[in-house]
Amino acid sequence: MRFMAAALAATVVLPSAAAYATDLEVTHWWTSGGEAAAVAEFAKAFDATGNKWIDGAIAGAGSTARPIMVSRLTGGDPMGATQFNHGRQAEELVEAGLLRDLTDVATRENWKEIIKPASLLDSCTVDGKIYCAPVNIHSWQWLWLSNAAFETAGVPVPKNWDEFVAAAPALEKAGIVPLAVGGQAWQAAGAFDVLMVAIAGKDTFNKVFKDKDADVAAGPDMARVFKAAEDARRMSRGTNVQDWNQATNMVITGKAGGQIMGDWAQGEFALAGKVAGKDYTCLPGLGVNEVISTGGDAFYFPVLADEEKSKAQEVLASTLLAPATQVAFNLKKGSLPVRGDVDLAAANDCMKKGLDILAKGNVIEGTDQLLSADSQKQKEDLFSEFFANPSMTPEDAQKRFAAIIASAD
Amino acid sequence: MTGQAHTGRPRRLLRNLSSKIASIPMMLTAVVIFLGGTTWTVVYSFTNSKLLPRANFVGLDQYERLWDAPRWIVSIQNLAIYGALTLVFSLVMGFVLAALMDQKIRFENTFRTIFLYPFALSFIVTGLVWQWILNPEFGVQSVVRALGWTSFTFDPLYNADIVIYGVLIAGLWQGTGLVMCLLLAGLRGIDEDIWKAARVDGIPMWKTYLFIIIPMMRPVFITTLVIIASGIVKVYDLVVAQTSGGPGIASEVPAKYVYDYMFQAQNLGQGFAASTMMLVTVAIIIVPWAYLEFGGRKRV
Repeated sequence: MRFMAAALAATVVLPSAAAYATDLEVTHWWTSGGEAAAVAEFAKAFDATGNKWIDGAIAGAGSTARPIMVSRLTGGDPMGATQFNHGRQAEELVEAGLLRDLTDVATRENWKEIIKPASLLDSCTVDGKIYCAPVNIHSWQWLWLSNAAFETAGVPVPKNWDEFVAAAPALEKAGIVPLAVGGQAWQAAGAFDVLMVAIAGKDTFNKVFKDKDADVAAGPDMARVFKAAEDARRMSRGTNVQDWNQATNMVITGKAGGQIMGDWAQGEFALAGKVAGKDYTCLPGLGVNEVISTGGDAFYFPVLADEEKSKAQEVLASTLLAPATQVAFNLKKGSLPVRGDVDLAAANDCMKKGLDILAKGNVIEGTDQLLSADSQKQKEDLFSEFFANPSMTPEDAQKRFAAIIASAD
Repeated sequence: MTGQAHTGRPRRLLRNLSSKIASIPMMLTAVVIFLGGTTWTVVYSFTNSKLLPRANFVGLDQYERLWDAPRWIVSIQNLAIYGALTLVFSLVMGFVLAALMDQKIRFENTFRTIFLYPFALSFIVTGLVWQWILNPEFGVQSVVRALGWTSFTFDPLYNADIVIYGVLIAGLWQGTGLVMCLLLAGLRGIDEDIWKAARVDGIPMWKTYLFIIIPMMRPVFITTLVIIASGIVKVYDLVVAQTSGGPGIASEVPAKYVYDYMFQAQNLGQGFAASTMMLVTVAIIIVPWAYLEFGGRKRV
């Protein structure tokens, strides 16, 4: 009993002690080596404002973490701030009034002017109010090639997708898997989206995913994409790994010729001490159509009753977007900053290519921004089946794809 | 309670009062959580709820979409294959092991522990262990190839046609020990005199087992059956750990469909519809059987 009393007394004392520096719990799913180093930059910057960052990392990918975050929010146990991929993942939470309106902070700090491209902020906006702070841009449209693998096979490193397809038989003869595609469903779906932008172009991409035009999805342009996907399926036979970084590792070690993966793969190459241009080659837009998508991560702030914590949320929101934090964070993360006015001199070749494309404005929105989680999941089911099952024809797959687009909201 | 209860006969309601009070929490749990939760789920499966439940009714839309989804069909087929084979093999193997164990062998305790040990592991651990064993680059295939048989191919987890059998192996490895223990307990409950009588009559041992012992063990078999069956319907973690539904969607199971659509796809309505279908399937199997098993006996 005495212990109980002491414990109770302790809980009474604690809140008053904490009032000086406000603790804010921040949940996210950045747990790999490079990601953890990047998020530490945020924590450092926030702690420097006199508040305290309580790290709430949730292991596993976003698909594991998001259900936990959502159930904490809907279950009445909100955290101080939480990561989502900006776009439609948090849409209903905003509509249910669980997330906080940040318009005041955004106007004060002039987010409308500084955040580039503007579509990032649009994805945070519901009914004219801003609900999230975007922190980085991640693009999917990259083909990573192992220079060593092509040397072994005795063919030059391809400069675009068609050359890569043509080089595949030589790679196979040398015992190398031409294209590594991990077994997780999102990787197959993501690779298909990349093929789509590269082969059918930006307009088709927007017509299908933004306007949900099922006729275009069933049309001849998309048929070409499905043919390319069939090539990709043939080239990916024998991958036999699950996680994306295991697939990237096949490219790093020269067991695979290449991988279609987002710019986060760069961290793995860097970690292995590989140099862009020398050990590996990166082709944005598969070397065909240099367009990158501007999906990424954003922080959302739940509505809290506590005045102090609400104030701390505002401080955190502006800290995340401060130029110094943006540079420190994005260099470690391998992603691009959300503001155009910061200097990334330390960026490597591939990141510079990305920055160039961004500056030219050759951008599309990410599929997370355009499609609901439900449609995304159906698409994942379709493409994971397509890539694993050689007896499924491109025509059948396209028919099912068009049906998903027709029912998408 | 008022004092009036003293005057009349003690009412039936008040008989065994303490045991009735003791069972109130469980009754409440059953009614509110099980029955209430089930009803709520079924009702909301007719809505178009997305991330949050919303009472916007759309009729049978969710069910139509569910039965149009190739992934759901594959899940049902997999559950049927996994279920039928698990039931047969774990009962047969469990019984054979139990019968062997019952031959008054030496080190029975040791063997029993070894066979039961896998059951102490979670499905997640079992799944991961078997993922490694069945991995062509590290597991059985590479061991056999290292022994010199280089054309040997055994990669069930990477072959969409047989992946469910790879899951089945892991499931049997884990579950058979428990079946063995339950059936062994049943065998030990058989009176020694029955064995003696059978031996006096010159009935061979396998016939004694098949025609005398097994029919006598009916209650034990039913308990075992219920335990195995409930394990089959809810199989989820094993698949997640071993194959995460792959390759493609070849080893998906219904419980995983429910989870993925409720939480990853943020489509509660679809998940509710799928879980309602699971409930209906179970009910179709259980209700007639329970009626025959328990309803019939009362009349005798």
